Amino acid sequence: MIQGEPQTVDEMKQVLEAALLTSSQPLALDELLRLFAGRMERATLRMLLDELKSDWQARTLELVQVASGWRFQTRAEYAPFIARLSPERPQKYSRAALETLAIIAYRQPVTRGDIEEIRGVAVNPNIIRQLQEREWIDVVGQRDVPGRPSLYATTKTFLDDLNLRSLAELPPLEDFSQANIPLDL
Amino acid sequence: MQTQLTIDARIYGEPLDAIPHDLYIPPDALEVYLEAFEGPLDLLLYLIRKHNLNILDIPMADLTRQYMQYVEKMHAIKLELAGDYLLMSAMLIEIKSRMLLPKPAEIEEEDDPRAELVRRLMEYEAIKLAAQRLHAMPQVGQDFLVAQAYYEKVLEVQPPTVSSDELLAAWKAVVEHASQYSHHRISREELSVREHMSLILRRLRNDSMVEFHALFDVVKDGIPKLVVCFLAILELAREGLLRLTQQTAFSPIYVQLAA
Repeated sequence: MIQGEPQTVDEMKQVLEAALLTSSQPLALDELLRLFAGRMERATLRMLLDELKSDWQARTLELVQVASGWRFQTRAEYAPFIARLSPERPQKYSRAALETLAIIAYRQPVTRGDIEEIRGVAVNPNIIRQLQEREWIDVVGQRDVPGRPSLYATTKTFLDDLNLRSLAELPPLEDFSQANIPLDL
Repeated sequence: MQTQLTIDARIYGEPLDAIPHDLYIPPDALEVYLEAFEGPLDLLLYLIRKHNLNILDIPMADLTRQYMQYVEKMHAIKLELAGDYLLMSAMLIEIKSRMLLPKPAEIEEEDDPRAELVRRLMEYEAIKLAAQRLHAMPQVGQDFLVAQAYYEKVLEVQPPTVSSDELLAAWKAVVEHASQYSHHRISREELSVREHMSLILRRLRNDSMVEFHALFDVVKDGIPKLVVCFLAILELAREGLLRLTQQTAFSPIYVQLAA
């Protein structure tokens, strides 16, 4: 229990823990700073978060940092058990949707034309809508060419949902050399 | 049945006359066969990877005829998809014809006609692999869940609080205002803070919300009485019997019963 403003490191960590456990969204460093009404340095806050993270090391939840901030989440080992509570399977994406997503993630910002060029087939508008509804992609502008096609990019939610802090954490694109394609024509 | 659904490809001279057996394809579903691939690039990649297919061993006349049959069968529903495959076969035919035609000496420098196709195949393969890796990555709601403990949100609207400085300023204004009405009045009045507390409470029971200034009768009351009244307000606030609210700094302070 805490009385008044947190004085000790333990009390500060308790305040952080309570806020993070009750938030449905990841909390950014700036939001966490507000918990202490200006009486907290960013560097100290980072240190406290690291301590809190290691405090929870042996627990079922872990404190992780994703694109939008910090959040508590279940450790992967527990997902199969929790899945038994909700028998409907999570949404699976078609190969076409995954490839479209991959192109947007790795080549962003891209237009539908860019996606069609790489995949060699027309883009199904439902796939774009599906990814937009999931809030994994959005329109970040228009390319300045005739028709002003929309430019698509991935969102912070996409990174959050894949447990990533930035696009740089995506697995690297494999670099295929010409030798990989034996077009022995 | 199955043999009718072939694509006319050859693997080192042997015609590929059956659908690759590592794909599940219902025997009568030509469209499904094409749908198993994500497009002509995907189909080409598959043939290259699985069978080391020499793409240009495909007899172009047969290939074209085959593609036209596909278009025929699918023209109502999947014309767009067929179009993509048709475009690819046209591209293959173009590449082959350019390779076969003798090159006049002066355009010897011409780019390898295969280069563009190879570039596109490589780019597509990279993305295809990346898509598989994205799919394999742990995902919220599937491989982990975001923790969220319940907490009871305080629904009561907290009125803005009044700082002691603002209360002091308001008090000074009352005193100043009173000084303009000061009379020489010699009378003895028993002043009781607690009595004023009751008076104020009674007043607030009638008017549910009263402006701070309205509790002071600066015209009639002398300074001592105003002080007692102020003390009574402070005491009532301290005992939690009334509540002082103010929307913004220097705006009117309102007094109301705490209950």
